[in-house]
Amino acid sequence: MSEDMQEEAEGTVKKFMYVNRKAPYGTIYALEALEVVLIGAAFDQDVSLAFIDDGVFQLSNGQNTTDIGIKNFSPAFGALGDYDVSKLYVEKESMDERGLALDDLMELTWEDEDDDWEEKPSIHLVSREEMKTILGNQDVILSF
Amino acid sequence: MSILHTVNKSPFQKNDLESCLAHVNSNDAVLLIEDGVYGAISGTRFSVLTSSSDADIYCLKADLDARGIDPDKLTDGVKLIDYDGFVDLVAQNDAVNSWL
Repeated sequence: MSEDMQEEAEGTVKKFMYVNRKAPYGTIYALEALEVVLIGAAFDQDVSLAFIDDGVFQLSNGQNTTDIGIKNFSPAFGALGDYDVSKLYVEKESMDERGLALDDLMELTWEDEDDDWEEKPSIHLVSREEMKTILGNQDVILSF
Repeated sequence: MSILHTVNKSPFQKNDLESCLAHVNSNDAVLLIEDGVYGAISGTRFSVLTSSSDADIYCLKADLDARGIDPDKLTDGVKLIDYDGFVDLVAQNDAVNSWL
């Protein structure tokens, strides 16, 4: 067995970043990204999500798709915490450009096992500069 | 850590190239492929962005040739590569971010 394969077998944890840059219902990208995130989370990897450009619209609160005949998948973001996905990086510049504030987004939380299961926010507002650094430190980047 | 970014959309149609260039670190590489090669043409509103980027910008010759773009028309500093060069870039960098 090669060294690489051995590492895999022993369960190396890699940093997986899912980059979301599209609005939720105009194309299928956003829903597909969320499906893939949930798959990645099931394999106990170090998963984080980035929301850039129109991707920030995916997290808007009060989404109601009743009259367009498409499933509202936004509640699924609320389940990410249960899969230990607690790092949702939202770019401040993208929010500003679209007239959005933190109040306009869903309230997403996770429970910190190491801190008496305290509920903590999953959404982290970061600057474009911070986003550059975060993107530069990943093992795998999946862009949607 | 270094990332290879690939962009395959025309910047005149989509903001992928602009957003990509706003998120690259200086040790990264950007490769323009398919319709992304339109972003390598000089004298457009994107040539300032590509020429001032900290990252190295590459352009795939096959896609440039297919679209009849003369390599002389490329923005200064954009490096022309073939498929072997593409493979080298993938091998040289730690991860690939394919902007979609």
